Amino acid sequence: MKANSIKRYSGWVAMLLLIFSIPTIGQDVLQANTFNDILSKLKLGSMQEREQAIDQLAGSGHARALLIAQALLDGKLLLLKADDKLMIGLENNQGYDISDAVTGEKSGTVAREAVTKINLTNKLRGSLRKIIGQLELSADDPAVRLAAVKAMAKEADSNTLELLKSRAAIEPDADVKNAIALVFLLQDMNSADKAVRIKAIDALKDHNSLDAVNQLKGMVEKDADGRPLEADADIRNLAEAALAKISTRLQIYSSIETVFFGLSLGAVLVLAAIGLAITFGVMGIINMAHGELMMLGAYTTYVMQQLLPNHLGVALIVSIPVAFLVAALVGVAIERGIIRFLYGRPLETLLATFGVSLFLQQTVRSIFSPLNRSVATPEWMSGSWQINDFLSLTWNRFYILVFCLLVFIALLQILKHTKLGLEVRAVAQNRNMAKAMGIPTARVDAMTFGLGSGIAGVAGVALSQITNVGPNLGQAYIVDSFMVVVFGGVGNLLGTLVAGFSLGIANKFLEPFAGAVLAKILVLVFIILFIQKRPRGLFPQKGRAAEA
Amino acid sequence: MKKLTHSLRKIALSSALSSLLLASASSVMAEDTIKVGVLHSLSGTMAISETTLKDTMLMLIDEQNKKGGLLGKKLEAVVVDPASNWPLFAEKARELLTKDKVASIFGCWTSVSRKSVLPVIEELNGVLFYPVQYEGEESSKNVFYTGAAPNQQAIPAVDYLMNDLKVKRWVLAGTDYVYPRTTNKILEAYLISKGVAKKDIMINYTPFGHSDWQSIVADVKKFGSAGKKTAVVSTINGDANIPFYKELGNQGISAENIPVIAFSVGEEELSGIDTKPLVGHLAAWNYFMSVDTTKNAAFIQQWKDYIKNPKRVTNDPMEAHYIGFNMWVKAVEKAGTTDPDAVQKAIIGVEFPNLTGGTSKMLPNHHISKPVLIGEIQDNGQFLTVWQTNKLIDGDAWSDFLPESKPIIADWTAPINCGNFNTKTKKCSGQKY
Repeated sequence: MKANSIKRYSGWVAMLLLIFSIPTIGQDVLQANTFNDILSKLKLGSMQEREQAIDQLAGSGHARALLIAQALLDGKLLLLKADDKLMIGLENNQGYDISDAVTGEKSGTVAREAVTKINLTNKLRGSLRKIIGQLELSADDPAVRLAAVKAMAKEADSNTLELLKSRAAIEPDADVKNAIALVFLLQDMNSADKAVRIKAIDALKDHNSLDAVNQLKGMVEKDADGRPLEADADIRNLAEAALAKISTRLQIYSSIETVFFGLSLGAVLVLAAIGLAITFGVMGIINMAHGELMMLGAYTTYVMQQLLPNHLGVALIVSIPVAFLVAALVGVAIERGIIRFLYGRPLETLLATFGVSLFLQQTVRSIFSPLNRSVATPEWMSGSWQINDFLSLTWNRFYILVFCLLVFIALLQILKHTKLGLEVRAVAQNRNMAKAMGIPTARVDAMTFGLGSGIAGVAGVALSQITNVGPNLGQAYIVDSFMVVVFGGVGNLLGTLVAGFSLGIANKFLEPFAGAVLAKILVLVFIILFIQKRPRGLFPQKGRAAEA
Repeated sequence: MKKLTHSLRKIALSSALSSLLLASASSVMAEDTIKVGVLHSLSGTMAISETTLKDTMLMLIDEQNKKGGLLGKKLEAVVVDPASNWPLFAEKARELLTKDKVASIFGCWTSVSRKSVLPVIEELNGVLFYPVQYEGEESSKNVFYTGAAPNQQAIPAVDYLMNDLKVKRWVLAGTDYVYPRTTNKILEAYLISKGVAKKDIMINYTPFGHSDWQSIVADVKKFGSAGKKTAVVSTINGDANIPFYKELGNQGISAENIPVIAFSVGEEELSGIDTKPLVGHLAAWNYFMSVDTTKNAAFIQQWKDYIKNPKRVTNDPMEAHYIGFNMWVKAVEKAGTTDPDAVQKAIIGVEFPNLTGGTSKMLPNHHISKPVLIGEIQDNGQFLTVWQTNKLIDGDAWSDFLPESKPIIADWTAPINCGNFNTKTKKCSGQKY
C-alpha cells in the first residue's frame, strides 16, 4: 500500500522533478562538491557509509537529491564500470538507457554487463523511504503527499513532527490533513496533560487506525503482577470504551475481508471448474487432462510475455484469446484423436485422458524445462485497494473475481443465444433425437469439447497471476475442479458457480479456526456427506433427459 | 489394441536386451573402476531440485577422473531415478548396494526419502552422503550429513532476527511435514528459553503446494500490527513459496515491516520466478552463490562450463555435495580402500576447504562444521550477505533445546560408538533411526 503507492506515483514524480530540475545554472560550487562526496560514498562505501550518505542526501538540498534517492530505491541507480560514474538506468531489451545521475545528461544505451547495480539492505530501504517522504511532502499530487505522511508517521521523531506541523498549516487536501492530524493525535495520547489525552482518545475512537488500536490496547493492558499499565483510571476507562467502539468496526471489516477472500478463492475454483462443467457436466466425459489444458493457458501467458516483454499488461490481455485458441485446438485434437473412440466407456476415457495429461506435462517439461517459469504481474494488478487501515482488497484477486463473472456470463450467453449453444443443449438432452433432426453430433461433440477446453485455457491465464507456472500446475486444481462440478450438480452451470463460491467462502471461514490443512479436510468431508444425501448435487437436472 | 500390445512387447524386449548389454558392459569395467551411486529423483515433483544435484555429482566425478581417479582407478557414476517416490528410494538404494556394489551413495533430498533409505543402508552397511539441510534428531553410522543441522541454520537465523533486527513477535510458518514440524518445535523451545512469551509466537502449517495465502497473510498482518517488530520464520517448502511472497507483496507487507526468513529458498528456486515481491526478504544458508572467493568463482565457472549454460546458478546443497564428495575422496585415500567400515572410520576428522573461505571438518557425529550466512534477496535472484558467523559452527545432531534430546549425543568414535547416546544414563539407546 504505502510502499506500492510510492512506487506507483514515483515515475510520475520523477518526471515532474525532471522538468523542474533542468540544470539550475550557477549552482554553488561548494554545494556541488559536498554532493559529489555524498555520491562517492554511495557508490564505493560499505553499507554503513552508504547509510550515512543517504541521510546526508536529504539534507543536501540538491535539486536532484530526490530523483537519485528514488532511483536508488527502485534499483535504477547504476554504477557505470567504464568511467566509475553513477547513472540512472531504465531497463530495455538491450540493457539500460542511462542518463547521468548528477547532470541528467543522456548517454545512450549500455549492455547489462557494463553496469553494476547499487544494492541495498532493508535498513537502507527504510531510511530511503523516510527521506523520500520528507522530500515528497510538498509534492503536487495529494496521493503522493498522503503516502509521504504515512511513511513519515512510522518513526515520528521531533524533526518529522516539525515538518508535518508546518505542512498541516498549508495543506489543502482533506485526506492528507486527516492523516497529519492522526499523527498528532497519536502523539497527544502520551502527553503529560490529562485534558489533552482525553481529547485525543475521544477523537481517536472515530479513526480507523491500527496504530490507535495498539496504543489503546497498551493503555488497558495489565503487567505481570496484574497492575494496569496505565495509572490513571479515567483514562483507562475512556480507552476501554474507545477500544470497544473500534473493535466492533474492526470485526465488521474483518468479516467483509473474509467474505472477499472466500469469493476470490471461489472465483478461482469456478474458473477452474467451469470448463469441466461443460466437458464433464454436459458431455459426460471424465477428462483428467483438464488441469493440463489450464497449464497450457498459463504457459501461453508466459510465451506472450516473452514476445511482448515491455508491455506486460497488454501481453496478459492478449493471452486471453490466444490461450482460448491454443487450449481449444488441443482440446479438439484430443476429442477427435482419442475420446471420439471411447464414448460410453467412462473408465477407458478416464485412463486415456490421464495418459494425455502425463503426455502434456512431459511435453511442457521438455520444451520449457521442469523449472517454474516466471510470469510477471502487471503494475495495475499488484498491490491492493486500501479502503482504510482495517480493510484492503488485493487487486489481483479483485480482477480475477470480475474476470470469473465475465467468463461465466459469456459462456451462458454462448449456450443460450448461439447456434452452437442450441446444438450443444440438444445433443446433451437427447443425442439420438438431435441426430434425427439433422444435427451433426460428431462435429458438435468436438466443438463442445473445444469450448470447454478453451475456457480451461482462459482459466490458466488467470491462474498464472496467482500461482506457479510449472508442469504440475494442472494437478493442483483437477481434484478441486471435479469437487466443485459434482457438488454443484452435474450438467448445471449455475450450480458450478454457486458451488464454487460457497466452497470458497466456507473454506475461508473455517481456516482461521481450523487451520488451512484441517479446513480443506472438513470441506471434503462435508461434500462427501452431502453427496450421500443428495447424489445429484446442489442443482440436480430434472426431466426425462436426466433419467435416461 | 493388438497392435499396441505388440509394440509394447517389442519395447519391453528391446529394453531388456539393452539392459543386459549394459549390465555385461559394466561387469567388464567393474575390475578397474570404483562405482559411486547417485540417488536423486530425475522425475516427479522433486526433479526440480534433485536433477541439479545429479549433474553436480557427475561433474565432480568427472573432475576427479581428470585428476587421475581414486586409488589408481577411475570412478564410475551409477545414476538411478527414484522418481520422487519414497519407497522407491529404498529399492533403488538396495539395487545400488547389492547389484551395482557401489562404494558410496550420494543422494536423497526430502527427509522422508532419507528415512526410507536408512534401514537398507544400515542393513547392507553402505555409505550415504546426504546434502540437504534437515531437522536433525538423527545420526546413523552409515550416513554423513553434509547439509545444515538446525543449529547451523535455524537457530543462528533466529539469533540474527532477535539481536540485529530486534524482533519481538514471531510467526513460524511451515509446510505440514516432518522437517518444518521438528524445526518449529526446536525454535519454539528456543524462543521460550530466550524469554519470548507464548502469545508472541504464532505457528501455522499449510499443505504442500498451498496457493491461496489470503487469510494466512491477513492473519500475519494482524499479528504483526501489534506495535512490536515481527518476523516470519518460514519453513514453507518448494512451490508454495511464490504465491506466499506474492500475497505478502499484494497485501502491502514489505521486508522492512515484516521480514520473512526462509530456510528452503535458494538461488535455484529464485531463478525461475518474478523476484519483485521477494526483494529484501531473507534466507539463511551455509553458502551463497554471491560469496566472493576465488574458490567459489572457480566452482561457478566449472559448473557453467559443465552444464553448458551461462545462466545456471549454484546453491547450498551443491556445495554440500562438493564438500561431501571431496571428504569421501580424502577418506578413501587415507584408508587406502573403499571398504565402508574403513572409510567410516577414516573420514572422521577429515578437513576440506569449503567454498566460502573456511575449512569444514567431518565431526564424530557424522555432521560437518559450516559457516552460517544470512542474505537479503536481490532483484537478480542472488543474495546479499548481511550477516555471517565469524567462525564455523559444528553441526549438532541432537538439539539441545528439546528436553527429550538434550542429554543425547552422537559420537561414532571409541569408546562411545553410538548415534544416540544418553549422557545421563550412559547408555546407547540402540535405536537405529
